[in-house]
Amino acid sequence: MIFQIMSIFGKNAVMFKIFKEFSGYFFMLRKTFTRPQKMKIFFRRFFEEVEAIGLDSLGLVAILSIFMGGVILIQSAYNFQNPLIPAYAEGLATRDSMLLEFSPTIISLILVGKVGSSIASELGTMRVTEQIDALQIMGVDPMNYLILPKVMAGVFIIPFLIVISMFLGVYGGYLASVLTDAIPAGRYIYGIQYGFEPYYVVYALIKTVVFAFILTSVSAYHGYKTQGGALEVGRSSTKAVVYSTIVIIFFNLVLTKLLLN
Amino acid sequence: MIEIGNISKSFGERQVLSEVSMYLETGKVNMVIGQSGAGKSVFLKCLVGLTKTDAGEIIYDKRNFTEMNYLQKKDLRKEIGMLFQGGALFDSLTVEQNVIFPLEMFTNMSKAERIERANFCLKRVNLTNANKLYPAEISGGMKKRVAIARAIAMNPKYLFCDEPNSGLDPQTSIVIDNLIKEITLEYNITTVVISHDMNSVMEISDNIYFIFSGQKWWEGNREDLLRTDNKELCDFVYASSFMKEFKKSQNK
Repeated sequence: MIFQIMSIFGKNAVMFKIFKEFSGYFFMLRKTFTRPQKMKIFFRRFFEEVEAIGLDSLGLVAILSIFMGGVILIQSAYNFQNPLIPAYAEGLATRDSMLLEFSPTIISLILVGKVGSSIASELGTMRVTEQIDALQIMGVDPMNYLILPKVMAGVFIIPFLIVISMFLGVYGGYLASVLTDAIPAGRYIYGIQYGFEPYYVVYALIKTVVFAFILTSVSAYHGYKTQGGALEVGRSSTKAVVYSTIVIIFFNLVLTKLLLN
Repeated sequence: MIEIGNISKSFGERQVLSEVSMYLETGKVNMVIGQSGAGKSVFLKCLVGLTKTDAGEIIYDKRNFTEMNYLQKKDLRKEIGMLFQGGALFDSLTVEQNVIFPLEMFTNMSKAERIERANFCLKRVNLTNANKLYPAEISGGMKKRVAIARAIAMNPKYLFCDEPNSGLDPQTSIVIDNLIKEITLEYNITTVVISHDMNSVMEISDNIYFIFSGQKWWEGNREDLLRTDNKELCDFVYASSFMKEFKKSQNK
């Protein structure tokens, strides 16, 4: 089958390389999403990954969210100086920017840099030091054992991080209004309460779940298929960040069109 | 006992193994020797199924490994212990956890039984007081010993060792060699050792197989090796000037 496809595309064609990457990725997913050999071990690994992916990223997410919220408010206040613009504009802009785009997309992209590169380098190192071969020799399914807990933990914990980011971003706007006198705090609070659309949170969480799946699985794929030595581990890590970012940005557009149409 | 019948493997145009046949006996240390790039590691990977052969068959005690499906291979692998060149210990686990890992994965032993078994295996390889250390905190020789302890934890029927002495000093190499030999006899295991260390060959081998350019070029035992006049094998065994002089003096 693969040889027939090769003959259609030609061995060096870009289309063939893309096909090969996609087929490799989906093959990995098929092998990953099987029943774990021992549920007890799976859950232990799952919670370890929840800690590594989620709890260890909490500080970074918190700092970034507070500062992003503050910056959005100051920029809004700077741009909305026309007396015809309603009083709620700055607060509303900060809240909706955080909910719709900054928390789900920008935080996910930042997590690609932190979590994605870490997953790729961990699996890449395991590959080049023959630890993955050792698992296979023992009769353990390495994809299921190594990748499934990472993907499941990412899909589980990253939405919590994003919800925290939303709150802290909006709070960051409040801090900026109090500390910089950009706008009165009361006006900001009025703005963030004005015309709240709960569906925005649902939209953000749907995007987050998809992004979490992409960032963990694409990074795991690049790490797992590493071949060579330390140099290739670095390359895999870079590839994981680049490809995850591109795929997330693409799905951001697709999901926005589908969910906000 | 492992029977290997005419296995071949190529990567693209490059033929790495060509119709290699062997009969690897139980309770013996079967040593596969050869130059770097001769195809030894590919041969070992073919034996354990990490690399798929192009042709030929591998039979583990009347069970044809090459005809097995994924799940059957996975089951058979539970009878295999493997010692990798670099140890391949799991970095995130302690020495004790590394040895416990296969027990936890494949047995229904209680925690206390697993710890007892791990301690027994670690004691067997003369490694005590290192249970709580991580692989990064122990020496190369200790890593090899932990890897052996992990390999024997499940009472394997087959033990594969990929250059067990690489990176070790001569004294530690002999300790590791003797350990492999003792374990082979003690548990009546079919042991396959890939090596190019002639000290190991002379120390522990029962059967020797010389691979040259992807082919099984020669087979015999230690005595045969000293008497052979096979040119390629002599070039390999007596590579250094000192050994060449030794060979000349032997011939006189």
